[in-house]
Amino acid sequence: MSDSVNHSRRSFLEKSAAVGAITIAPGIFLHQVASAKPDDQAINDSVRWGMLINTNKCEQGCTDCIDACNTEHGLVGNGRPETDTQYIRKVTLRDKQTGHELSLPLMCQHCETAPCVDVCPTGASFQRKDGIALVDKHICIGCRYCMMACPYKARSFVHEQVRNQTLSAPRGKGTVESCTMCVHRVDKDQVPACVEACSNGEHDAFIFGDLNDPNSEISKELEKNGGKQIRADLKLNTAVRYQGI
Amino acid sequence: MINRFLRITLTLAGLVLLYPSAGSADTPLPVIHEPEGEGIKCVEPEEVMRRDHMNFILHQRDETMYKGIRTSKYSLAECIDCHVQPDDKGNIASIDSKEHFCNSCHEYAAVSIDCFECHADRPQKFIKRGGKSVSLQVELQQMLSANEDVGGELK
Repeated sequence: MSDSVNHSRRSFLEKSAAVGAITIAPGIFLHQVASAKPDDQAINDSVRWGMLINTNKCEQGCTDCIDACNTEHGLVGNGRPETDTQYIRKVTLRDKQTGHELSLPLMCQHCETAPCVDVCPTGASFQRKDGIALVDKHICIGCRYCMMACPYKARSFVHEQVRNQTLSAPRGKGTVESCTMCVHRVDKDQVPACVEACSNGEHDAFIFGDLNDPNSEISKELEKNGGKQIRADLKLNTAVRYQGI
Repeated sequence: MINRFLRITLTLAGLVLLYPSAGSADTPLPVIHEPEGEGIKCVEPEEVMRRDHMNFILHQRDETMYKGIRTSKYSLAECIDCHVQPDDKGNIASIDSKEHFCNSCHEYAAVSIDCFECHADRPQKFIKRGGKSVSLQVELQQMLSANEDVGGELK
């Protein structure tokens, strides 16, 4: 094969790319296309994915996010709430003094210093470079140390055989699992299923984005109105933050 | 000398006699579904796939899991999409059956695999899912009320 480069063709391509950018830019917002990660490119630590949840917008009794999560990951209950897998739980808090009640979705908080990763004896609990905490089920031995270590009770153990799993969420008996922040969607520049469902239901309680990018919607909102960590005293630097608690 | 000649002759005769049983029905050869359609080729030549498919899948698995690389060339899902197809009656062999693309060889070679403890054994388009799945709490309430109707107890 020849090593020579067809320069006229290359310069033509460069020019057409530049023209394309100019003509497309004014009218159409190409943010998704511009930042889309190619499938063959590895993730890096320049981003840290996070979520901000406004509990004032979260309706009591609404389970849109949980339903979307269950559908996305093919989570089907066996009628045993003590042991059935749940990635998101709705928690209701009641202020004893005022009687004020608020409801919030609680899932894996994707801590920066994650206790589940610390205690895992096989290295199955790990954190991706972009901060998403996952279980590598190929090497999980099902010891459930991580479930005990997690202060948010975010992880579940699969007790029963699973068949017909979804493509994006392989899951099987004898392994631990939890919210993956819809890593398969995030890798394709989509937002997690719960975030999408909440905004489709016109509640807009979730903001999903890059915590490392000061210009992202989530960073701006955090800077302006703040957001609390649950159990901030543990100094885990969670990627999921809450407003209104 | 005669002794040696006899031994060789007998050995050869024995081999000829044994030959038919090698292809007999008691050890059926694996059934491999070849994807239909013109120009459809596997990602690697057959002899490479036979020897190295596990390495390709293993490598891809870690790339996807840890680095978020989601190319489809060596993904298990792509293997399944092509090679697991319904038979003439529209039935799809499950991973427990000898008809399943992966299992037919693996059972023949006596190599057990764990892939399908977690991964679906058939293409997604052949998996029927219920409509909107209900949350666990709602599901439990439904089950409880259903049990009340028949006077049963939830266990």
